[in-house]
Amino acid sequence: MLHIENLHASTAGAEILRGVNLDIAPGEVHAIMGPNGSGKSTLAHVLSGREDYEVTAGTVTYNGVDLLALAPEERAAAGVFLAFQYPVEIPGVGNLYFLRTAVNSIRKTKGLDPIAVTTFIKMADKAMDAVEMDKAMKNRSVNEGFSGGEKKRNEILQMTMLEPTLAILDETDSGLDIDALRIVANGVNALRSPERSMLVITHYQRLLDYIVPDKIHVLAGGRIVRSGGKELALELEASGYADIEAELAAPGTAS
Amino acid sequence: MSTPAVATTLTDLRAAPDSATPPWLTATREWAMGQLEVLGLPTQRDEDWKYLRLGPVLDVPFAVSTAGHDHGLTTDMVAAMVPDLGGVRLVFVNGHLAHDLSAMPDAGSGVTAAGLAATLTTHPDLIEPLFSDRSAPVDGFAALNLGLCDDGAYIHVASGATASAPIQLVFVTVDVGHPVVSSPRSFIVADPDSSVTVVETHVGVGPLTQASCANAVTRVVLAERATVHHHTVQDLPDTAFHLGVVDVTAHDNSIFTTHTLSLGAAIARHEVRMHLDGDGADATITGLYQPAGQQYHDHPVLVEHNATNCTSRQIYNGVLDDRGHGVFNGRIMVAPAGMGTDATQSNRNLVLSDRAEVDTRPRLEILADDVKCAHGATVGQLDETAVHYLRTRGIPESEARGMLTYAFANEMVERIDLPALRSWVASLVGQRLGAVLGDDTPAADSVGLPDALEVTP
Repeated sequence: MLHIENLHASTAGAEILRGVNLDIAPGEVHAIMGPNGSGKSTLAHVLSGREDYEVTAGTVTYNGVDLLALAPEERAAAGVFLAFQYPVEIPGVGNLYFLRTAVNSIRKTKGLDPIAVTTFIKMADKAMDAVEMDKAMKNRSVNEGFSGGEKKRNEILQMTMLEPTLAILDETDSGLDIDALRIVANGVNALRSPERSMLVITHYQRLLDYIVPDKIHVLAGGRIVRSGGKELALELEASGYADIEAELAAPGTAS
Repeated sequence: MSTPAVATTLTDLRAAPDSATPPWLTATREWAMGQLEVLGLPTQRDEDWKYLRLGPVLDVPFAVSTAGHDHGLTTDMVAAMVPDLGGVRLVFVNGHLAHDLSAMPDAGSGVTAAGLAATLTTHPDLIEPLFSDRSAPVDGFAALNLGLCDDGAYIHVASGATASAPIQLVFVTVDVGHPVVSSPRSFIVADPDSSVTVVETHVGVGPLTQASCANAVTRVVLAERATVHHHTVQDLPDTAFHLGVVDVTAHDNSIFTTHTLSLGAAIARHEVRMHLDGDGADATITGLYQPAGQQYHDHPVLVEHNATNCTSRQIYNGVLDDRGHGVFNGRIMVAPAGMGTDATQSNRNLVLSDRAEVDTRPRLEILADDVKCAHGATVGQLDETAVHYLRTRGIPESEARGMLTYAFANEMVERIDLPALRSWVASLVGQRLGAVLGDDTPAADSVGLPDALEVTP
């Protein structure tokens, strides 16, 4: 599904990713944890195609395709979805209008006709119910004036409607209270399937109580320094990231 | 029809003598032409005209537009140019009322909507006081209008009356084979507790091979507690010159709104002069300008707070592309009597091309205490994080840019609460942006789409 090899990336002249290697098989949920500034969000941005990040070395292959050669909209059409840590507010663009344009743009690349408005509204209603989203959000401008929790639910709504094959969730738990976290996690879990892979990026173990990953990786200093099963999260919760950072600081130990 | 005299400059123009003209009007016109000689036409040395290069206008040998030429228009042609608002529609061709193109159903009890020239003949006593009230021209073009005007609209809403439908004034510029200046002057008089909506559209039958200059004045007087909602949509062919002034006096507790859309014309200057003369009066002055190509759109706004506890809001957005040039020149003047003034002003500009120009000048002159004034202006490009966000959802880049540009303009379209006018304006804005942004953008065909999705759960 996703094969990342020796990925190096910089922004504003600073190298953030320094050789990331990662393989995700179809249907697997992987979590990336790590201290602040370790490059977690950079990895998400690079995978989504943000132009202010420069890939200086390495490859990302997605279903056999060179992902880095694709424009952001082509990545979306290929089934890659990023749930943003900070969803962008877009004044003047209605939420459902935006979503329908997105759905139809992706359908167009597959040679499908635009979805009928009534069908679309039924789908959206169902998806909004699943994330317990107020129907008033339909015609509000995208994310404008939404609370932190509403923004994250809106991300999951988009993910549900766009049916990606690779979903990347960037700190989806940040700024959420426990109820919102449960709702968002339920939305994510409902999308788990043998064809769909997920990459869950988080600073805290808390989210992983709700979205239980198959594998956990620790990103530090721009590299994956440890990988393991879901029990790794508990270990990190107990010990914190201090040990890992200390390991990194000691020369010759990081592999 | 004889060919009208062609003047070498605008200041040489003279109204055709007419034996039916009341003596007081002849005297007013002569006085106004004298004022024009005193004032001269504005130049870039005048603070309120400093960005406008009038050269292209002044070089044209204009003649005064005359009534009664064969315009070649039909009601169907007019209907295709403007929205159907369901009420009175007065159609002016080069500044003169065309009865055959107009529709004058009953406008409601106590509501009069007629031509100025016709009313001058039937009820000169109603018109005379309107010409003496605040008619001292502030600049050469205002003097020129007063000196030449011989038609326009006369709208009167009697005490307590409400117009049953919006009153539509359609100003059509047509090619008459030589360059013409038209000088319509319209009056909207709202008596105490009355209410009316007036929609002015300035359109043209293009392509115009000859230069045309509309120099239009609309004078609005609101008595106590009257409400007037006024709209101006200027979508002239891109060769036309357009000068417009909306001059408003608001008495106690009256409510006035005016919303301006500048889309067409080569050079367009649309001025709002708001005199808040009565306590507790409320004015909302909003607009959108969209100059592209080599268009110039100038929006001077003057709001005078001359009484206590008045509120004024100015909100203008601009979308500028190519070598388009937009100007927002907003002044708030609070007189010593303007205690309790609450005035705000906002001007936001989206610049799509590095050759476009925008000049934004908020000006405040405050001579009273206990005043709340706020103003802000921004000039910027599209938010690249928003472009990226839309692209990550599968929306191609050009379409994403089109959506965001349209959304910015649409904020001002959404302010129109007449559905028929709003959807018509939305399609005009969409067409203009579609032309600017390229054919693959959603702007031209997605206008009003948010409405289409307003399905109640």
